[in-house]
Amino acid sequence: MERVAVIGVGQTKYEQGKRDTFHELVFDVAGKALADAGMTIKDVDNIVSISSDFWDGRTISSMAIQDAAGAFGKDITTVEGDGTFGVLYGMMRILSGSFGVCLVVAHHKGTESNMNGITNTCFDPLLERRLGLDALSSAALQARRYMAVSGAMPRQFALVSVKNHGNAKNNPFAMLPMDITVEDVMNSPMLADPLKKLDCSPVTDGAAALILAAEREAKKLVTNKKRVWLLGVGHCTDAYRLGDRDLADTRALKKAAKKAYSMAGVDPWDIDMAEVYDAFSYMEPLWLEGLGFCDDGKGVEYLERGTFDMDGKLPVNPSGGRLSANPVQVAGLAEVIECVLQLRGTAGKRQVKGAEKALAQGINGMCGQSHCVWVLGK
Amino acid sequence: MADWKDQVEEIVFPGKISVPYFWTVGSTLSKWYVQMRDDGEIWGNRCPECGKVYVPPKIKCIDCYQDMNDWVKLPGTGTVETYTVVRYHEPTLHPKKPPFVYGVIKMDGADTGMVHFIDGVKPDKVKVGMRVEAVMAKERSGNILDIKHFRPIP
Ligand SMILES: [Zn+2]
Repeated sequence: MERVAVIGVGQTKYEQGKRDTFHELVFDVAGKALADAGMTIKDVDNIVSISSDFWDGRTISSMAIQDAAGAFGKDITTVEGDGTFGVLYGMMRILSGSFGVCLVVAHHKGTESNMNGITNTCFDPLLERRLGLDALSSAALQARRYMAVSGAMPRQFALVSVKNHGNAKNNPFAMLPMDITVEDVMNSPMLADPLKKLDCSPVTDGAAALILAAEREAKKLVTNKKRVWLLGVGHCTDAYRLGDRDLADTRALKKAAKKAYSMAGVDPWDIDMAEVYDAFSYMEPLWLEGLGFCDDGKGVEYLERGTFDMDGKLPVNPSGGRLSANPVQVAGLAEVIECVLQLRGTAGKRQVKGAEKALAQGINGMCGQSHCVWVLGK
Repeated sequence: MADWKDQVEEIVFPGKISVPYFWTVGSTLSKWYVQMRDDGEIWGNRCPECGKVYVPPKIKCIDCYQDMNDWVKLPGTGTVETYTVVRYHEPTLHPKKPPFVYGVIKMDGADTGMVHFIDGVKPDKVKVGMRVEAVMAKERSGNILDIKHFRPIP
């Protein structure tokens, strides 16, 4: 099978209250990614855009940013979901043989709308939507279930916030670099037990783009130094209704991870750094278990031992993670971009020394209903 | 691009999208809601292949992809699998004022969890594993709020 490379990346600083329109954000990051790849929009033959109609407040939100994405006169398609799934779609289009170079671009402005209201509309209008559930309250149900099954405690989840906000200090793109303690997390306002304000990712604005190329194009277009290969990918979904799953069971993620490792020909411990979807603090150890970095229920023990710190065996979320910036849909693309920067050795103060293999994991749907796992390598 | 406001006065358009919908509830959930509304009873349905009982009912078993026409009446009691005490206020979303409790309840006779309110108990007294029973609303109109909430079994 032909390989696919990431040959260019671009992202905005992630922050609240961006005063740029969606078009301006998309134009900005698409331009950065093209410049990074040393090419022009003429070299791109197709585009995958990633956005959410409800968040943008317009139907077929992708259509409105097509000219900004340089799509005029070209083929463009859309993913309404996390950026990791947009990369998947871009790769599949290239592997189909129909296209050679794909621009994948995502935009999001959480501060222009209402997170709880929008995530409430994810729930079935025939059932749970009327109860007022949203991303935060359903995550709290998952966190409590995870505690009940594993014995993990909120103080241990707080370690994730401490670590990731600390990592963000070395990432100029992150929104919330912070020196905080476990006590700070524990004393922050309780929103939905056991989740406190500092267990939750912030509402964020931003955009990101990357350029994928077929091996034949990648070799032609960029230097060896910048090119990073997509080695493996796996994706899998679980039941829609929260009650139809065990919220502490990561069966869908396990399947996705297994596929990604098998395609890449690696084991979990071949990975040198990982970006996992910590929309809420407890998610990081839960997803790390599903990804096979530790046994079920042991995530917080490894966390306490420092395994996932910057100087640990597997640095997790060197970017600062979603806890430090969570532009929904863009977030997974930002994870893949972080992996690319790490593998290029250009991640600045947060560089994981000698990183050869990197992993990014994105989620779609409430409480990680579906997962997309990427393994990238030099 | 961040500094353009130094030169230009910024304009912001407030907006709201308000579009009515009329969602059909379908054969399976309509039957469930009618049983709840008219008889105050909670039923589940069973997969003919694996025997799993779903509540709320489903058209097909997600594991076996089989039609599920075998209905079973449930006693309305169950066990709290997980819960959260909601402390933030979203007046347009939440039918209750905080603090209030959501739970996933594994109902006796069923294999799936049901998400609903837990009430009739102080929020900080709710525990995983607590035994609860459904309290039906007095006025019922055929929706999920026909179950008022679940309360601890005394
Ligand atoms: Zn079945």
